[in-house]
Amino acid sequence: MSDKFDYRELGLKCGLEIHQQLDSKCKLFCNCPTQIRNIEESNHEFFRYLRPTASEMGETDRAALEQSKLKRKYIYKAYDTTCLVENDDEPPTEVNKEALEIALSITKLLNMVPVDQVHMMRKIVVDGSNTSGFQRTAFLAKDGYLDTSVGPVGVGVLCLEEEACQKIEDQGDSIIYSLDRLGIPLVEIGTDPDIISPQHAKETAQQIGMLLRSTGKVKRGLGTIRQDVNISIAKGARVELKGVQALDMIETIVEREVERQVNLLAIRDELLERNASVCDTIFDVTDIFKETQSKVIKKTSKKGKVYAVLLRGFDGYVGREVQPGRRLGTEFSDRAKTSGVGGIFHTDELPAYGVSEEEVQAMRTELGAEENDAVVMVADREVRARGAMESVIIRAKEALEGIPEETRRSLPDGNNSYLRPLPGAARMYPETDVPQVNISKEYFESIEMPELLTERAKRFESEFGLHKELAGKIAYSTYLPLFEEIMEILGDNENVNATLVVRTLTGTLPELKRDGVEIDNLEDKHFIDVCNLIAEGGAAKEAIDALLRALANEPQLCAKDAAEKLGLGSIDLSDVESMVEAVIKERQDFVKEKGMAAVGPLMGVVMAEVRGKVDGKTISEILKQKINKYLNI
Amino acid sequence: MIMDYEEGDKVKVEKSGVEYEGIVMPSTTGHIIIKMVSGYNAGIEPEGATVTVVQKKSDMETSAKKSVKAEVKPKKGLPKVSILSTGGTIASKIDYRTGAVTSQFSADDILQAIPELTEIANFSGKAIYNILSENMKADYWQELSRAVVEEIKNGADGIIIAHGTDTMMYSTAALSFMIDTPVPIVFVGSQRSADRPSSDNAMNAICAAKVAVSEIAEVTVVMHSESSDDKCSIHRATKVRKMHTSRRDAFRSINSEPIGYVDYSTGEITTGLSFIKRNERELTLMDSIEPKCALVKFTPGSSPDILGYFIDAGYKGIVIEGTGLGHVSTDWIPQIERATEQKIPVIITSQCLNGRICDRVYDTGRDILKAGAIEGEDMLPEVALVKMMWTLGQIQDYDDAVDILKQDIRCEINERSLE
Repeated sequence: MSDKFDYRELGLKCGLEIHQQLDSKCKLFCNCPTQIRNIEESNHEFFRYLRPTASEMGETDRAALEQSKLKRKYIYKAYDTTCLVENDDEPPTEVNKEALEIALSITKLLNMVPVDQVHMMRKIVVDGSNTSGFQRTAFLAKDGYLDTSVGPVGVGVLCLEEEACQKIEDQGDSIIYSLDRLGIPLVEIGTDPDIISPQHAKETAQQIGMLLRSTGKVKRGLGTIRQDVNISIAKGARVELKGVQALDMIETIVEREVERQVNLLAIRDELLERNASVCDTIFDVTDIFKETQSKVIKKTSKKGKVYAVLLRGFDGYVGREVQPGRRLGTEFSDRAKTSGVGGIFHTDELPAYGVSEEEVQAMRTELGAEENDAVVMVADREVRARGAMESVIIRAKEALEGIPEETRRSLPDGNNSYLRPLPGAARMYPETDVPQVNISKEYFESIEMPELLTERAKRFESEFGLHKELAGKIAYSTYLPLFEEIMEILGDNENVNATLVVRTLTGTLPELKRDGVEIDNLEDKHFIDVCNLIAEGGAAKEAIDALLRALANEPQLCAKDAAEKLGLGSIDLSDVESMVEAVIKERQDFVKEKGMAAVGPLMGVVMAEVRGKVDGKTISEILKQKINKYLNI
Repeated sequence: MIMDYEEGDKVKVEKSGVEYEGIVMPSTTGHIIIKMVSGYNAGIEPEGATVTVVQKKSDMETSAKKSVKAEVKPKKGLPKVSILSTGGTIASKIDYRTGAVTSQFSADDILQAIPELTEIANFSGKAIYNILSENMKADYWQELSRAVVEEIKNGADGIIIAHGTDTMMYSTAALSFMIDTPVPIVFVGSQRSADRPSSDNAMNAICAAKVAVSEIAEVTVVMHSESSDDKCSIHRATKVRKMHTSRRDAFRSINSEPIGYVDYSTGEITTGLSFIKRNERELTLMDSIEPKCALVKFTPGSSPDILGYFIDAGYKGIVIEGTGLGHVSTDWIPQIERATEQKIPVIITSQCLNGRICDRVYDTGRDILKAGAIEGEDMLPEVALVKMMWTLGQIQDYDDAVDILKQDIRCEINERSLE
């Protein structure tokens, strides 16, 4: 798949930006828990508008300006686990020390050098995802590296910042956000552009993920880690791809962006050969579409305008693919949408969508378009339509220059779409409500360096006699802390060993989930309880499956009650003995005939009666003893 | 080794093999603070660091574009509103030297930051002073009232006063007593600094402008009604109080509804209370004031010497913030009596803030009245203090002053308690 291009020849430069939520008790700037909630649990809401402001250097950020073209209403859902700080109705507290120390331990794992004094900054973001209109972020360390199979990858930057709100719904004129996620501490790790291939990108991301999880203090699960990829090729431009959720997609994502840049460069070269140019005039062609059959245009042009722009020499290129299923026209459309329009039409795809050949011709004539020229049009409310056409003119001009530097959104299929211009330094100014933090040499040295997961897996092998595969499985599992807790509680127990615990957590559980058991209902205490019960001989290890099913159904039960309810409650050994005696008596002839060899077949009979209540080993011993006794009579 | 460098220079700092490059920012802790190309600031302990100047500040083109002061052309048919700036958060931005939020804006800057204002009126701006409102003094109220009267005389159809929120209620009460106004005088502030995209300054200022061109010819405070950017309340100057340290809707009318509301999205004003209309009153300035008045809070077990101090120190009027219906401990009463005997008026108000003083229910109360204290009715303690200052500035005779103090002058006393 990745052999499509010669990345070395293309001069691929690729760096990763990893955002990882930290699992601290409190948020970065208030004492609220770092807990994700259900939107139904929200007990309060309010709304705000945002407007961009100039930075300390007197500039306004281009990304911020573009976002604010739309005057949107931002609706925020609050909870009993959020406070006035998230509401931007109270100044922040000082930086959460726990989060700072987790971040510092990560800088150690990445061989980084911390700054002597941490300065919290405000990074302007006016898309509503931060109630304040900025994200608080601090540069913590630089100049680290991590080892990969093809050599070290530099880690240039580590920042400690606050997580933004979760977007719940985009209603066009308003956006609903949830405040629960806002303020959860986050580290942003930026590698240098040392990554040389799509596979290398994936390996690097995996390696960083392992280091992060080694701290035991990072959040796990969907959305708690996000990868951004920065990509450029020698003749292209730096593009930041946001929101890569699945590690498995990184290879495709890198490849598709390289493909886009290669194609856009080819389009540019051909357009320049054709002497293509972009006219600055925006034509009002509303009259041409007065009687149109196109429902979309009819609907929007009633209250608005139909505008068109002329792209000289672009005929055939607007419809040219740059990524599978995405055309140059799609790039125009992405930009146009930032003005709030639904989309655009262009002559490479018309007549279509109810727009007739006559209308296209009339429009071409009106604009003075020749055979080689393309026309792009839009229908919407006047302000939006004009904004959309201005954006298209800008993007079309960029097509003649090469590849614009952009922040782009990674799409599920590996493609990407326009998000906003690359933000510049102008979006940053100091967060004066939060005092600086000094990182003295002594303080940094006092931060403990966590044991790497790779090292931990090795330790589990020797310490608990775990098989290599199982040791690795549990070390990388989310159940690692639970495993360690159970082993500490049980110590050396003959009924429950490490292998049983690991198999239960990494084998039995996924099976139960496949069977439709609600394993999310199972908490740590349930597992500890079950292991304790078995360790004490209150149930046999064969009963684990049934016990966990029962507890998932009725999480309020304790393991002992569940065992009783299932009829697994401990059985008196004397009862087992009399049961064994009865079985022997019933099968006297068989026992006489087989002698001690009857133990095996009779095991099955007894186990069927007491399964789960008594350990198989115990039954076997009782059987041997009783048969012996019977034969000696 | 540290080369000579100064704030604004582009430098390279090298320390233990790590290099930082960027512009030197102001520092208050002795660290070298570098603004890197990424926009982030980082602090480096100078010990063991090598600093090399890459480019002197003087050699660099200032990339900061001086904000082009766009000439705002007056629009025909729009009313004239004067914005008087006194400082405070609404007119503030970050001082990157100290890192704190300070008042550095001029009234013109407000117009530039909030262009919507120019659709509502033709504005002229004037900075009266530039202080944080905790530094406000009684003689600043006088200066402000004179400036307001000057603007009205010069034809202003409305006045907006940008003011810090901490002591805004004192200033509003003061101007309310000092000026008989034929036009709206609107105080506005903000709770979140103007340098943040979420600041409440723009919405408050736009709503204030709407009130400034309205029929409500009173001194009012226009600020957020709720945490949402939904509407602003129009509070009466003598009935408003800051009731929260940080929320946008900190300002509340106490013992009264607000006069009305301004809907932010439509700009519409709705009113619930009756108010004095435009040009109903003739412009009059009564700016004499007696600043030597005190507001004293009674707390359980506190010594009557506290009151004694103010009497002996030559204070001319005293407002007591008593408990409940308006009480102080029995041992304070002789000091109240001593004050009134020396012709120092004493007003009793309540720490409850909500509700009316009634010193005729309990013995202590009756004794307080006997000692000559004035029941502050449903007046806010701070308003009672300002009213005392103003009254004693206007009237020398003790009995006449007491008469005025008991009367409702600017809706500071409601005859009937409705809530």
